[in-house]
Amino acid sequence: MSPVIGILALQGAVDLHARALARLGLDAVEVRTPAQLDTVDALILPGGESSAISKLLTLNGLFEPLQDRLADGMPALGTCAGMILLAAGVLDGRADQRSFSAIDIDVRRNAFGRQNDSFETDLEVVGIDGPAVHAVFIRAPIVERVGPGVEVLAIVDDGRAVACRQGAVLVTSFHPELAEDLRVHELFLSGVAA
Amino acid sequence: MAEQISDVNPTRETGTQLVKRGLADMLKGGVIMDVVDPEQARIAEDAGAIAVMALERVPSDIRRDGGVARMSDPEMIEGIKAVTTIPVMAKARIGHFAEAQILQSLGVDYIDESEVLTPADEAHHIDKWAFTTPFVCGATNLGEALRRISEGACMIRSKGEAGTGNVVEAVRHLRSILGDIRKIGTADSAELFDWAKRLQAPLPLVQEIARTGTLPVPMFCAGGIATPADAALVLQLGAQAVFVGSGIFKSEDPSRMARAIVEATANYNDAAILAKVSRGLGEAMPGLEIGSLDTKLAERGW
Repeated sequence: MSPVIGILALQGAVDLHARALARLGLDAVEVRTPAQLDTVDALILPGGESSAISKLLTLNGLFEPLQDRLADGMPALGTCAGMILLAAGVLDGRADQRSFSAIDIDVRRNAFGRQNDSFETDLEVVGIDGPAVHAVFIRAPIVERVGPGVEVLAIVDDGRAVACRQGAVLVTSFHPELAEDLRVHELFLSGVAA
Repeated sequence: MAEQISDVNPTRETGTQLVKRGLADMLKGGVIMDVVDPEQARIAEDAGAIAVMALERVPSDIRRDGGVARMSDPEMIEGIKAVTTIPVMAKARIGHFAEAQILQSLGVDYIDESEVLTPADEAHHIDKWAFTTPFVCGATNLGEALRRISEGACMIRSKGEAGTGNVVEAVRHLRSILGDIRKIGTADSAELFDWAKRLQAPLPLVQEIARTGTLPVPMFCAGGIATPADAALVLQLGAQAVFVGSGIFKSEDPSRMARAIVEATANYNDAAILAKVSRGLGEAMPGLEIGSLDTKLAERGW
């Protein structure tokens, strides 16, 4: 049995992650409720607005069940807003914003500025061979603190981290689901046990 | 080890189509709310809005007051930007590229070239390729949507009939756009030339739709959404997110209505949750029959 990959589908670019998985020959399960969460072996937390997703996690009764699954070691990929939700600390967030502490990093929301400062660039990513990874940053967060046991996988020009991994949790400031490149998804899936 | 990693291409390319359309992708499944002051912006964000549209009067007031409706005062837009952490959008008049230049310099996250304001040009829309800030434009049918995309729009929204609290026009526009996309998906290559001619739209965009089965940019819904059920309706029809204008701050209890519409949008296929969030919301905004209108905003745009 191949593992069942879920995508947190409360808000955000759910369809683009589903497209990336489909290109890799995988069906994705949309997760909005605790019952749906029970059916998946790994979860992708997509880009979107972290403040809205955080609120909807609570309203849908999904926050605690998801926190428990992450504490039990469920593999997770968080892109942009998903990275913020998986982080231990959130800077420039809303006071009521909750995160899962599934990876020991602190992140700053909207760290690069507003939409006019959103950008594309090429990054070297640890664990991905071949040409550089094309990375799209949309009102993106950045990693301000990296805890012990967290591996930095990519940095931007000022040296701050934009991709990290700890155990089965992989996070990126940028949006691999927006580019045609599937290698970040493949890197994540390689850490998901069959 | 961080020391061994290098940033292979330190140049940052801003304002590309991928970056501009990308923000629209991130707004999918969310609610964009019209707000007229920082207090409303705070209520909207507290309720789970994914973006706010800063404007001086909501469409139902523009409709009531008449006269020429223009871009909002930059001071008011700055005031809203200062209290929110989510994207801020603002409206420019159709064809009014100087207003759009001002909005770009203010650093708004999306510009809405909007029929809700009084048009400034009766033949030309803004050349949106010339801007770093992305644009959303309204459309009533697929031809209009593709003309706006060919001018550089990175998000399309149905126009609906703003300020009426009546969803019937938004439904008509969505069905027209999405229905034609489905038909193009089954057309043969020769028929695509006729589709381009009939839609008055560029052939390459028509061919792209035939290939992909979707609009090249995200497709949202606006104009007349007043209840959680309205939001669920348009999402089930195929809209990817909703704009709610007068529907929130003209309702009896804006904070509850805002949160209910956010929950309905996230759970648009789940009737039990829709029933739960629709309870006890108080009066929705007062609605208007389309036939009774003196001015149809949706007819603006070319």
